[in-house]
Amino acid sequence: MDIKMVNLTKIFTSKNRKEVQAVSHVDLTIPSGKLIGLLGPSGCGKSTTLYLIAGLLKQNEGQIFFGEDEVSEMPPEKRGIGLVFQNYALYPHFTVRENILFPLQNLHVPKEEAKQRTFEMAKLVGLEEMLDRKPKELSGGQQQRVAIARALVKKPRVLLLDEPLSNLDARLRLQTREEIKRIQRETGITTVFVTHDQEEAMSISDEIVVMKDGVIQQMGQPQDVYDHPVNLFVAKFLGSPQINVFDGVIEAGKVLIDGMAVGATELPDQKVVIGIRPEGLQVDKTALSPFKFEIDLVETIGRDTTLIIEVTSEESTLLDKKTFKAIVDAENRIRPKDVIHFVVKPEKMHIFGLDGKHL
Amino acid sequence: METKNNWKAWLYLAPMLLLMSVFTFYPLINAFIISFYKGYRPLQNSIEGFTLLGNYLLILRNPLFWNAMKNTFVIAFISVPVSIFLSLAIAVGLKSIPKLNKFFQTVFFLPYVTNSIAVGMAFAVMFHKNYGLINAILERLGFAGRIDWIGGTSSWWTQMVALLIFTVWESLAFKILVFTSGMQNIDKQYYDAAKIDSASKWTVFRRITVPLLSPIILYISITSMIGALKAYNSVIGLFGVKLGNPSNSMITIVAFVYKYRAELASPGYYSYAAASAIILFIITVIFSLIQGAVSKKRVHY
Ligand SMILES: Nc1ncnc2c1ncn2[C@@H]1O[C@H](COP(=O)(O)OP(=O)(O)OP(=O)(O)O)[C@@H](O)[C@H]1O
Ligand SMILES: [Mg+2]
Repeated sequence: MDIKMVNLTKIFTSKNRKEVQAVSHVDLTIPSGKLIGLLGPSGCGKSTTLYLIAGLLKQNEGQIFFGEDEVSEMPPEKRGIGLVFQNYALYPHFTVRENILFPLQNLHVPKEEAKQRTFEMAKLVGLEEMLDRKPKELSGGQQQRVAIARALVKKPRVLLLDEPLSNLDARLRLQTREEIKRIQRETGITTVFVTHDQEEAMSISDEIVVMKDGVIQQMGQPQDVYDHPVNLFVAKFLGSPQINVFDGVIEAGKVLIDGMAVGATELPDQKVVIGIRPEGLQVDKTALSPFKFEIDLVETIGRDTTLIIEVTSEESTLLDKKTFKAIVDAENRIRPKDVIHFVVKPEKMHIFGLDGKHL
Repeated sequence: METKNNWKAWLYLAPMLLLMSVFTFYPLINAFIISFYKGYRPLQNSIEGFTLLGNYLLILRNPLFWNAMKNTFVIAFISVPVSIFLSLAIAVGLKSIPKLNKFFQTVFFLPYVTNSIAVGMAFAVMFHKNYGLINAILERLGFAGRIDWIGGTSSWWTQMVALLIFTVWESLAFKILVFTSGMQNIDKQYYDAAKIDSASKWTVFRRITVPLLSPIILYISITSMIGALKAYNSVIGLFGVKLGNPSNSMITIVAFVYKYRAELASPGYYSYAAASAIILFIITVIFSLIQGAVSKKRVHY
């Protein structure tokens, strides 16, 4: 079953009468059986979008459809959703067993079946040994898994996860991520996964949705969005290390940074913003390329070497940061103070207008 | 380190402990001692000797005392649970209409700041056979025969019902206030989660609100149980010094204590009062201990 949002808008009015458009005219269709990563910086409206789908918040404008059914006015208890809250919201006075059992009791599932499903769910998230503990006797990660079990046990039509991995350590995070992916594949349940960690979203999602200030920026398969960002915000939000951004100009079909040509284009002459992915900068062994820098730091981790270039000059064309990075093959054996000429892979370079739109 | 801290704690507690010993422990011990006097005349301050259980046995053989016990226990065991349940229900109701919340909090709090003897007298008028509001309403609803609730031809039952209604009504205010503020401290996320988990309103009340309020419910039930065991003002307010019809039919333990306490001229009566006060004290302590023990099992956190 797919989820369709049409012109969905949520406005919060704070105490001093200031209005915040937490979700702004969102048109979005989440395809049936897919896992969608909803991605964006803190405060961009991810949780609000989720709560609108769940029905815990009421939209000011717009509609929500589950498949053919309009659910815009339906109360949350009727929508048949599983939701994992950002801070779990486990009932503190229930044991793990009672927490997982609670939705089944409310749906009047027969006792024996409910018991069975609770146990199976606990096993799925690896908590069958801890069924009689209270939430406060569990670690953050274990609590999160209880919350996932509680959301899944009733076999919901839609599963909504609000930053479900934010409190796990790195290893458990990877593990739980795979686990969620596996459970989602097995159950084929339409899932929305909220996170502000771009790497997490890219690795787990069938498609990602990038959001900013309540507005959807772009939706698509993770690699597509990474390769073809529609604007500077999306380009900067995806990828680690971040894309390098420079002021530049286009003159007679040449893309120039600080007067150094980095590529060719068919765009007309104008001032632009140029983004180059760190892996798009390649060492030019012929040293003919005019795009050259003195290297300040070299970090080698396994296969890759990261070259870090500090830009000290006042009228630097580098935007946002004082350093930029290039990721090259370790075999290049570069040391600090070396002067390196770079060539830019055309597909790793993005040219944006001064308004941030991809040209 | 530990001992030093203890020292400081005692030092800070000293003024409080001093006041408590003067106004609580001393009278208690004094009452205890007086309950062992034989033929005590408080005005002359003379006694005829001592008795260990004499005064207690006399009280236990006094039918009036057992009447007082019966009335007190009926009041405590009915009014406390009923008022707790009602005030919880009202507090939950108030929560769902936040706009009226403030207004109703004031309305419900009025009885709390009003003298209960005065309110009792107003209730006495309401329960009057001929001019009372209650009978007028009942008549409107189609109950033709006027009930004499608390007048010259009333029975123990009607008087007790009137007393219970009054007691519950009078104690609602404070409980509602405490429960409303207690509920405001429950994290809203649990209610969101319960909605997602398809819990009905009743389930939410029974399995989420009540358990999360349980420490407060326990506190309220202990204090109001103690209050009910000490019922007196309401009886005087509603029935006057005759304490019901026939006289003394609505007597409570505290009323019993006052009755004998007032007979200063009769030798030994003062000691009966003291002994019955001590019995009430022991009953109160036993109740608090039982409730404390129950709470260990049933109260969350
Ligand atoms: N109940 C509320 N009242 C007023 N403003 C709110 C309320 N809830 C959220 N907002 C505002 O709406 C915006 C979006 O909030 P939301 O919680 O959806 O962000 P988010 O993307 O989930 O952020 P995070 O990653 O920090 O969880 C924020 O600016 C927030 O301040
Ligand atoms: Mg959030």
